[in-house]
Amino acid sequence: MLHTINKSPFLYYNLESCLRFAKDGDPIIFYEDGVYAVAAGTKVESMMKNALKKHPIYAIEADVKARGITKVLDGVYLCDYTCFVGLVEQHKVYPWF
Amino acid sequence: MTEKEKSKIMFVMRKAPHGSIYAYEGLEAILIMGAFEQEISVVFIDDGVFALKKEQDTKALGVKEFSKTFAVLEDYDITNIYIDRESLEQRGLSADDLVIPVKVMEAGEIAKIMEEQHVLLPF
Repeated sequence: MLHTINKSPFLYYNLESCLRFAKDGDPIIFYEDGVYAVAAGTKVESMMKNALKKHPIYAIEADVKARGITKVLDGVYLCDYTCFVGLVEQHKVYPWF
Repeated sequence: MTEKEKSKIMFVMRKAPHGSIYAYEGLEAILIMGAFEQEISVVFIDDGVFALKKEQDTKALGVKEFSKTFAVLEDYDITNIYIDRESLEQRGLSADDLVIPVKVMEAGEIAKIMEEQHVLLPF
């Protein structure tokens, strides 16, 4: 199952809930304000590093760049909308909004 | 419709009842889908558990109090109703505080059931 997150991890607990319910190996994609989770040096960095050990993690590059996030956590795949659609085609989707 | 053709549809309720329309809309959607004889299940996670809290009184607020409507799910043969134990406990609640009987489960067990669904509908 593909999990999607579009809310800031500093304002919502969607990231925590997603990680509690996602099964190992499930991909997670961050978009809109969700992409703040993949920035390096934040308070959710250790949570994200643990998540990276269990899940393929994607972030929409346009959203990352738009927010001036220049240091992205190692292991995060930056992807475009074609890649997003490809993931959605391959998996059932659960949006944590 | 044969058993094989039934879709497994799970409603995932994550919002508190009166601060937004999500929980109410979710309940409405469950009742609509319940009329189509699909295999419906409902799970309450995060603030979604507040929708089932006993003794809600919205008279002074002037909005519909819909928690009691969850009791009709049984009449629609919707009996697969789950709730996340951690979400309940974090909010100081237990199964006794809820308007209907639900299966209190761990996140891992709920994740397995989510995996089995054809469709997950977030509310």
